[in-house]
Amino acid sequence: MLTFTIRRLLLSIPTLLFISLAIFMLLQLSPGDPMAQVPLTVPPEVKEKMREALGLGQPVYVQYWKWLVQFFWIEPLVFVDWATANTWWAGWLPDTGFAEGKLRVISWQTRGPVMDLVIQSLPQTFWVVGMSYVVGVAIALPIGIYSAYRHYSVFDQTGTFVTMIGFSIPPFFTGPLMIWIFAVQLGWLPSKYNTVLDVVDWDTFVLQMKQMVLPVMVLALQTTAQISRYMRSAMLDNLKQDYVRTARAKGLKEGVVVMVHVLRNSMIPVITVIALGIPAIFGGAIITENVFAVNGLGYQLLIALFASDIPTVMTFTFIFAILIVLFNLIADVLYGVLDPRIRYD
Amino acid sequence: MTDTSPNPNDPLAEPIPLAPPTSQTQDIWRQFKQHKGAVLGGGFLMFITLFVLIGPFIWTLEATKLDIRAKDMRPIVWGLWSDEAKVGWNHPFGTDQLGRDLLSQMIEGGRASMAVGWAAMILSLLLGTAVGVLSGFFKRLDFILMRFTDLMLSLPLLPILLVAVTLFREKLSKTFGIETGMFILIVGVIGITSWMQTARIVRADVLALKEREFVLAAHSIGTRPGKIITRHLLPNVLSPIMVSATLGLAVAIITESALSFLGVGFPSDFPTWGKLLADAVQRMNLYPERVFLPGLLISLTVLSVNYIGDGLRDALDPRMRGR
Repeated sequence: MLTFTIRRLLLSIPTLLFISLAIFMLLQLSPGDPMAQVPLTVPPEVKEKMREALGLGQPVYVQYWKWLVQFFWIEPLVFVDWATANTWWAGWLPDTGFAEGKLRVISWQTRGPVMDLVIQSLPQTFWVVGMSYVVGVAIALPIGIYSAYRHYSVFDQTGTFVTMIGFSIPPFFTGPLMIWIFAVQLGWLPSKYNTVLDVVDWDTFVLQMKQMVLPVMVLALQTTAQISRYMRSAMLDNLKQDYVRTARAKGLKEGVVVMVHVLRNSMIPVITVIALGIPAIFGGAIITENVFAVNGLGYQLLIALFASDIPTVMTFTFIFAILIVLFNLIADVLYGVLDPRIRYD
Repeated sequence: MTDTSPNPNDPLAEPIPLAPPTSQTQDIWRQFKQHKGAVLGGGFLMFITLFVLIGPFIWTLEATKLDIRAKDMRPIVWGLWSDEAKVGWNHPFGTDQLGRDLLSQMIEGGRASMAVGWAAMILSLLLGTAVGVLSGFFKRLDFILMRFTDLMLSLPLLPILLVAVTLFREKLSKTFGIETGMFILIVGVIGITSWMQTARIVRADVLALKEREFVLAAHSIGTRPGKIITRHLLPNVLSPIMVSATLGLAVAIITESALSFLGVGFPSDFPTWGKLLADAVQRMNLYPERVFLPGLLISLTVLSVNYIGDGLRDALDPRMRGR
């Protein structure tokens, strides 16, 4: 298992390199000019200098190499510097200062490091997306279990119908719909997410919870729909197995049979699906973040895209790619760990 | 002993079949009809297709025609509970803030959304089937094509779609004109980024079929690989392709609407359902129906397509049939 994990980890390096190259080439092909916003009164030779200052005069492979060095070498160094200077767990080490004077990935919009933008927006995305995923899974599992156990019952049929609807309604419709119902008509919840809200006391905590309800609900609806379908079909497959009959014949209680024997075996594929769904939900969160103005990764990506801020777009897209590769890896390893019948040789 | 049991040696005594044997197509159709959701979905999809295809000939009002005097009209049903609502039979679904008729916008937008959906789905099916068949049939290509598929699957698709559409919008608009250019671009990027699942399914099926006797027989009478693929393999992988086609249509419609919603889709005077929805969100507290109409149409279309997919999956699965 360990060899497999290590092999997969090593394999993910060329994958990530290829993805970064693909994104880089896509951005290179683009006709968008970062100098388009510069006033026309600026003389062309000055413009040329500005272009060189952005690193655009260099050949493509040099630009790509520099981005790689900045992302994979200088940014970790910056992190080490920060850790040794400011944190409790590494602060006792002497301050390193590895990255002093080194050029980081700079955003063309803010003229500051892109990583600062990432650090600002990552918690927002993680809070909203992570919370929605937890809520979605927590709702989906009982629904899936019960509708499989009572196959073809009213509950099952309603559940299947509702999950089908949740599966089909896109978040850019549920988002406005929820806003209209809960923010406009009922006035219970705020329609926009206030990103600068600081949670300091009980009142602000309540406010934070309130503003998270709508985006979390919208994202959780999709998660619930997908996962409960998987849970249901996995339970259905297992309920027909011989070992279930054996367990019942031994006189085990129905609760033990379903919740211990069947559930454990059904969770194997479902856990993989849960892990595989995490990157997809980050991608889908782009839409939800824009509906509710959550200042997360997707929101920042869209702003950078419209401003043709290529380093930021590149870095953000690549962070999405890292998330996908990472969770695919986790899913694969989990599958092997949970199911001893699976052998990777 | 009475002679009621049929004599095994007498074929005439065997029970006579009541109906002629049914063909596979009939079996599939009969199973498909059992699935209520699928039949309803099929009906709705047919209705919506007719609605957008012949709609413009019946409701001849142009979608982009401005009529500022008749702006902000409500749908006709509003007249039932509110006397002061501005309604009229000349605009049964109401009008928007520039007086454009909503019914004709829905028809026009549906045309665009459905056209993009179908075209992107067909493109992704062609790509997926080609990659799947090639990598399943030719051992030499298998490794490289499957690694490529895996790579494509680990791309962050929505961000890449956004990037691609934003970056190439101007170039293609200049070459082909704004509307055709955008159509080609959106269909292209959706098709190119959604073929991977089809390719995987088709490859798995081709790998299994390749070892069967009829393919061996075809090989031994000297059939060329190209002919084996078109005559023997493709007809046999048709059913998984059809199921992934329905899924692909739903995904393509949603993706196009999402792109329009995020503001990177078609230009604003070219309505699609997603675009109409996105434009209406700003004034949603006053005119919620302008969000609900396109949203409902997208959701119902996708729902019916998903139900058709479900029904097809059951109908094409021989283990499910006859139950």
